[in-house]
Amino acid sequence: MSTDAHTGHDLHGHGGDHGHDAGHPESTLGGYLTGFFLSVVLTAIPFWLVMSGALGSKEATAVAILVLGAIQIVVHMVFFLHMTPSAEGGWTMMALIFTIVMVVITLTGSLWVMYHLNTNMMPMDPSQLP
Amino acid sequence: MTTMTAEAVKTEDKRLFYVADEHEHGEGGSTLLGFWLYLMSDCLVFAVLFATYGVLGGSYAAGPSPRDLFDLPLVAVNTSMLLFSSITYGFAVLEMQKNRANTMLLWLFVTMLFGGAFLGIELSEFAHMIHEGATPQRSAFLSSFFTLVGTHGLHVTFGIIWMITLVIQVWKFGLNEANKRRLLCLSMFWHFLDVVWIGVFTFVYLMGVLR
Repeated sequence: MSTDAHTGHDLHGHGGDHGHDAGHPESTLGGYLTGFFLSVVLTAIPFWLVMSGALGSKEATAVAILVLGAIQIVVHMVFFLHMTPSAEGGWTMMALIFTIVMVVITLTGSLWVMYHLNTNMMPMDPSQLP
Repeated sequence: MTTMTAEAVKTEDKRLFYVADEHEHGEGGSTLLGFWLYLMSDCLVFAVLFATYGVLGGSYAAGPSPRDLFDLPLVAVNTSMLLFSSITYGFAVLEMQKNRANTMLLWLFVTMLFGGAFLGIELSEFAHMIHEGATPQRSAFLSSFFTLVGTHGLHVTFGIIWMITLVIQVWKFGLNEANKRRLLCLSMFWHFLDVVWIGVFTFVYLMGVLR
């Protein structure tokens, strides 16, 4: 089966010195089913937490669903998108890490700066005056 | 020009010039990496839209709040549609690896149905909101909501159009190398949209109802 998927790479016609010879890993039924099962669980729990209010406090629920969402993103990356450090000679992982850094800077930067801008603004109407 | 270099090689054949990094690439050998880089840039687009929603998501302008608008059971159904479409696309890729074009097309068709169901539910949700007066013009929260969720929906729409073209391609030309490569690119695109949706239902819908 692996020879089928790598015929594209055989076209290069040279040996192991090639930069992205590792190629893309083979998909397996087990991998997809594991990913699907984990995703269902990781989707059901946050919806249940919010709809039932099981945790009591809003802050705890918010933290829990954000953590579960982050775990589910990792599950999708590993089992559906087949991210491995060796895929395409490590370049996909490199691009992913760079993108994550940019996303974190964009999100935290925007939220942080705009939150402080909002709280330090002049009150817009008399009801907001202390 | 070529004759000159040919002569140069003849006279000084001991001196060989070549760039170590340049070599023949098989056709489409770097397509998957290139497509991944496109997805990462798309990820930045969504990051900016998420940041916009994060900043403006609390500005209701005395209009409806997420708690008034969002119907969580419906969002759960929608999420499951996209998740089912992800696993069925996975089955299509498995059939593709076994070179079984007909079952591959069947799974692709099922994936299209789930994707279409997702879009239908989303559009009916939008129509319901707009009917209640919660239009994108109503408040900053609704502008950023429709931009973020609408951009995701637009991606799903184009994913389905791409899927239809690939069904026709495979139907006419079979599972050749080029079509397999395209199917793998669409696989990445489709799973990537599911990843973005995880962010949407967590950050927009669930956090919005909690707020």
